Amino acid sequence: MSPLGPLLLATLLFCVGIYGVIARRNAVLVLMSVELMLNAVNINLVAFSNLLFPEDAAVSGQIFALFIIGVAAAEVGVGLAIVFNMFRNRASVNVDDVDLMRW
Amino acid sequence: MTGHDVVFVLVGLLTAAAAILTVTSKNLVHAALFLATTLAGIAGVFLVLAADFLALVQLVVYVGAVAVLFLFGLMLTRAPIGREALDNQNRGLAIGVSGGLFVVLSALIVDAVVGGSLGDTTVAEVTGPGIEDIGMAIFAEWVLPFEVLSMLLLAALIGAIVLARREPGDSGEEAMATRIDFGDAPPTEGTDSLSSGSLPELTSGERREGGP
Amino acid sequence: METPLWVPLLQVVVIFTYYLLLTALLIWAERRVVARMQSRLGPNRVGPFGILQTLVDGVKMFFKEDVTPGMVNKLIFNIAPIVGVVAGFLSIAVIPIGGEVTLFGETFTLVVSDLNVGVLWVLAMGSLHVYSTFLAGWASNSPYPLMGGIRSSAQMVSYEIAQGLAVASVFIYTGSLRVSDIVAAQSGSGFVEGVPGWYAIPLFPAFMVFVIGMVAEAGRPPFDLAEAEGELVGGFNTEYSGLRFGMFMLAEFMSVVTMSAIVVTLFLGGPAGPTFGAPDAVAGLIGVFWFTLKTALFIFLFILLRGALPRYRYDRLMNLGWKVLIPVALVWTLVTAGMVLLEQEQGGFGAGLRLTMASAAGVILLWLVATSRTPRDAGDRADHHEVAPAPGDPAAGGDDDVLATHGEDVPRTEEVSP
Repeated sequence: MSPLGPLLLATLLFCVGIYGVIARRNAVLVLMSVELMLNAVNINLVAFSNLLFPEDAAVSGQIFALFIIGVAAAEVGVGLAIVFNMFRNRASVNVDDVDLMRW
Repeated sequence: MTGHDVVFVLVGLLTAAAAILTVTSKNLVHAALFLATTLAGIAGVFLVLAADFLALVQLVVYVGAVAVLFLFGLMLTRAPIGREALDNQNRGLAIGVSGGLFVVLSALIVDAVVGGSLGDTTVAEVTGPGIEDIGMAIFAEWVLPFEVLSMLLLAALIGAIVLARREPGDSGEEAMATRIDFGDAPPTEGTDSLSSGSLPELTSGERREGGP
Repeated sequence: METPLWVPLLQVVVIFTYYLLLTALLIWAERRVVARMQSRLGPNRVGPFGILQTLVDGVKMFFKEDVTPGMVNKLIFNIAPIVGVVAGFLSIAVIPIGGEVTLFGETFTLVVSDLNVGVLWVLAMGSLHVYSTFLAGWASNSPYPLMGGIRSSAQMVSYEIAQGLAVASVFIYTGSLRVSDIVAAQSGSGFVEGVPGWYAIPLFPAFMVFVIGMVAEAGRPPFDLAEAEGELVGGFNTEYSGLRFGMFMLAEFMSVVTMSAIVVTLFLGGPAGPTFGAPDAVAGLIGVFWFTLKTALFIFLFILLRGALPRYRYDRLMNLGWKVLIPVALVWTLVTAGMVLLEQEQGGFGAGLRLTMASAAGVILLWLVATSRTPRDAGDRADHHEVAPAPGDPAAGGDDDVLATHGEDVPRTEEVSP
């Protein structure tokens, strides 16, 4: 199996995630797009370790991916808590509306 | 094309389509469901790449918990639907940036893999480390990052509770009851003033007495 | 080694038929047992003791008019029940219902697929089940279903954590995620001679957490907040009718069977049991008997709980999950890891010490449960007198109405068809 497919899929997911982060204005949707980007990185890590360096029986790629999953879970928890707070204080979850600190 | 490749192409197409629909869908809950589909598809990709353990962890953590959390977030923040409400003015910029990045990156990848600068990269049979290997590596070689991660998760747990928690006397339950969205209807004026009644400097009780 | 195609096919067909049969029997048994607890008769017209009632009801569901309300989100409304049934079917794929069987020269185990991550598979499919109720509630576009959907998904996600931790202590103790390894490790006698080596004994707190968690996970009384027919009409499935409603019923009852099968496999040795010196070819089938017996025991427990207990209040349900079950499971996971480590480092320790540890843990667990009723809770209870009606209470018109078609109206003379 060639690593081309997984790498291209990861690239696509990453770029779709970037599109979402820039184009979406609902904070929950922005968080979702960030998840897409993190997952793209996971695919890359697993593909690298299992397809490009299989002879080392490299576990590092999968372990990195596991760590990323853990960090992403923490990120979603805190991120959604912030979004809820924002909604409570501003009655809106649009990232455009949170411009209080804007210069 | 081996059987592996065929399965990968199918799963990958599903995943990619679901991902694109996630960021273009006009309905929030549909977007969250497409996200769940994408994440499940990525679990499938992990299976094809011989990472069984990771695939199941992906299903349990992402599909089972993170996506459900997103659905909760959407329900509780009562967002409107429609592209104008969900997207901002930057769509052109977004298409430019992400499309350009995709073209550049995929050109680089195709060049590296097909052009042969990585050497012969086609693997006859995909193998991956077993669960025992992963477990031994985590708790021997990677034990310090693992502990740091557990501290991070603990901090996130406490932080999320502190952030989302209402102060006592913040008229929590009452406002919470009005906050649940019963459908797709965009927020009306009346519910708006109720929910913004929990502004920190103004408790909802005061607000209703004095009027805005 | 090439296994012919009919072997996996036979495995799939046999196991799914087995579970469907068990589910049908469960529905009948539940109505009979609950009826007996309420001095009624229950279904008794179709077949001996009304045992074919489920079949008749299934046919009725199938031919009923399937109403789709106007404002629903059609696609998701249709997908939701299917997700539930599929997740229910998939999660039993890793549970062995018997030992090795030899048929026409082929030896195979009575399990669909023995994955090397089998335990995680069960957890993952359980979490897919959340989508079914949540989406059903959302797609119905109606207040009560939405409340039911949100309630149940919050409940399932919370109890999943406790259950996952309980399962974690099982696979720490075994050292494998493969279900067949877990079953094999429990065969033979345990640390006291003559007592079976079931994990329910050394891992008793985890076992209790899992049993409580599985009742919540299956959404059964006293934790059936998702349906709560006294408060939410019918909960997430209020807007459903006909075949799709039948699918929800099937998914709910199947999750009872599935959860019983899982707890038997993880904590009570699965199909292990005395074989009375039978030859190997038959011993596997004796395993099916033991497995069915143990599973039936837990199914009976589910039914008894439904008949005996009133519904929990939602905040108390969450308190139980987060403040009692998760800490207990977490502590016991650590203790299990310590036990395994001690055993590896020092070659084990005596049965007496183990028994002491186990009973001490049991005492701590009881203490936690007993002290979880804080004074504030008691005050709460004094304030809110509107306790939900007992689910099986005939006066309250519980969810029996949904299923019962004939049973209750017959005169109180037992009429057993010949």
